[in-house]
Amino acid sequence: MADLGRAALVVTLGLAVYSLVVGGIAARRNERRLAASARNALYCSFASTLVAAAVLATALVRHDFSFKYVAAHTNRHLPVAYTLSAFWGGQEGSLLLWLLVLTGYGALAVAINRGLLRDLTAWVVPVIGGIATFFSFVLVAVASPFDTQTAPFDGAGLTPSLQNPYMVAHPPMLYLGYVGLSVPFAFAVGALLSGRTDERWIIATRRWTLAAWMFLGFGQLLGAHWAYVEVGWGGYYAWDPVENAALMPWLAATAFLHSVMVQERKGMLKVWNMVLVALAFELSVFGTFLTRSGVVNSIHSFSKSSIGPWFLAFVVISSIFSLALIMWRLPLLKAKTKLESAISREAAFLYNNLLLVALCLTILWGVLFPIVTQLLRGETRTIGRPYYDFFLRTFGLPLLLLMGIGPLVAWRKTSLRGLLRTLAWPITAAVATGIVLVAVGGGSSSPGLIAYTFSAFVLATIVVELVRGTRATGSLFVLVARNRRRYGGYVVHAAIVLLAIGIAGSSAYSSSVERRLALGQSMSVAGYTLTNRGVTVDAKPNVTETRAHLAVKGRWSGSISSGDNQYVNPPEPSREVGIKTDWLRGEDLYVIVDESHPKTGIVFVQVLVKPLINLIWVAGIVFLFGSMIALWPDAREQRRLVARLAPIASS
Amino acid sequence: MIIVGILLAAAAVVVLVALPFLREPVAADDRLDAPSEADERRFTLVEERDRALTALKELEFDHRTGKVDDADYRELVGPLRQAAAVALRALDSPQE
Repeated sequence: MADLGRAALVVTLGLAVYSLVVGGIAARRNERRLAASARNALYCSFASTLVAAAVLATALVRHDFSFKYVAAHTNRHLPVAYTLSAFWGGQEGSLLLWLLVLTGYGALAVAINRGLLRDLTAWVVPVIGGIATFFSFVLVAVASPFDTQTAPFDGAGLTPSLQNPYMVAHPPMLYLGYVGLSVPFAFAVGALLSGRTDERWIIATRRWTLAAWMFLGFGQLLGAHWAYVEVGWGGYYAWDPVENAALMPWLAATAFLHSVMVQERKGMLKVWNMVLVALAFELSVFGTFLTRSGVVNSIHSFSKSSIGPWFLAFVVISSIFSLALIMWRLPLLKAKTKLESAISREAAFLYNNLLLVALCLTILWGVLFPIVTQLLRGETRTIGRPYYDFFLRTFGLPLLLLMGIGPLVAWRKTSLRGLLRTLAWPITAAVATGIVLVAVGGGSSSPGLIAYTFSAFVLATIVVELVRGTRATGSLFVLVARNRRRYGGYVVHAAIVLLAIGIAGSSAYSSSVERRLALGQSMSVAGYTLTNRGVTVDAKPNVTETRAHLAVKGRWSGSISSGDNQYVNPPEPSREVGIKTDWLRGEDLYVIVDESHPKTGIVFVQVLVKPLINLIWVAGIVFLFGSMIALWPDAREQRRLVARLAPIASS
Repeated sequence: MIIVGILLAAAAVVVLVALPFLREPVAADDRLDAPSEADERRFTLVEERDRALTALKELEFDHRTGKVDDADYRELVGPLRQAAAVALRALDSPQE
């Protein structure tokens, strides 16, 4: 079995090298049969990677502990779903998933576009082949999931915190996002290499970019919810380097999704779009490097391994290559038109891009800072939460405001008078929200107040846009169906507003109290009274569960339990928090028992009340819905594209 | 058994990769059918026409929804109509 897996990976490596070298020669010499051969090699590389993945999945399901990887990440007690999720629970398996998604995406993107854009896809094949060469080489030579040993009776098991339904979905979502960014990158590089720097590569990759962005965004929210319910510190995002590693490419891709519309409409920002696509891709690989190199401390990191330098070398070489290509093709990337007015849709997109990239680079500096100080001073100095929170407010609040203004500004030019007239209703809604909030005591937090008034402003602009558009077309359905991208985008904007309200509410207006409670003793926090009703211990075959039970009275009455689990295999503890959700208020009562004594019944407990936090998770659903609207295939648009590309399409 | 399977799969891969040459051992024209200069020029014109028509459509919609007032509309619509007309005329003219 392991031999089959190893052989399949060697075949993938050979095919990827063939796609890279032969594909490059074919595109350079303009040779049709050779290009088709390289393309077929790329398709076959997906098939051989699929064989390797099937071997690993089979070994996991069969509990074949002669595979070191299976023994290191599973045991016989593990339910089937978590046994399968161990595929991406360890380093080698997750790299295999990267390669599987990459070759699958690459083969599909090339197959779909080969008819319309044959000269461009001829260059895309060697680029995807190059990326696949790197990953398959790492899997064959540095971190193989098919190393074997004398099979032990049982495996070490999966880390308890990873035994959570969110961990079944979160990593594959992130990989679909990370790897998905390879497709627009490959087409952008293909466009530069072929000299076809017009809109073709953008047309070919529009939905790929949107899909990758959606998976990356939704995957991060799944991860945030996992951290909230499983890690047990009361938060959902800690500005951890590995969390930031997923946020940075998402921010770069968000900037690209906006700026690409300016290129489509006005032929501007061509260089900028190339840089953004390259940045998003490099950051996604850099994130993989951060997770695996051990250069930063993170609860999400895999164990320190030897693959870090390989990843660093790949990021450096591919970044230099991308920049050199862009510099080489600068004459072809000149803008066709100029910015006509500082108050226009394209200008709004430009401001949005500057803010998004500034936020992305600020986070990147925060991530790199410990590495830089280690290199320069020999000591690791980390940047804490205040740094990130400051820049999130500095760039995030203007971004929120711009999200409201942008859709109400016309392309090319809008007079200030006309803009103010259009903004009258949203401004009124924002001011009214601010006054009501101050009146009900919400003025205690300035960032919270600003976030809420800005959020009201954005929601009002979306409503104004929908109402006016519906009046103009006569039907909301027709309005959305005619421009799914725009109105899907507005739904995503609404999701970001919900996210902002949730973040502001749960951070600016949350309450937290810590107490030592003897048996029968009570504590109060934000309208709730919690009484210690004792501690129980339940010994099960693979785990001992210790729980403190607290009776709750207040806006909601009942009982809530929290404590810890001590697993036998792997011998690790896991904190188990108690959460009670009030869906009407979007509020959570969150209980963390730090220490409990079964004999005396004494517990050390932290109770948090987090208003509106559940809007963050609702935002995830709305985000997914809006992205799906924007992604949904549009037959009319497809017909238009085919007609547009007809002059250059191959027969 | 596994070795036979691996060998068969490897043979299938070799055949698939070599398929373009097996199907067409001698090609009359082995060049990638890249667009000619005339095709490229036509594509550029189509791109310009579509850009102008899309901009016109959006301007009309923005005017109807009150995003663009009458004065701005009058100022913007002329150049866009002209750009669309130029692209359409160029597309209709015989290829050189």
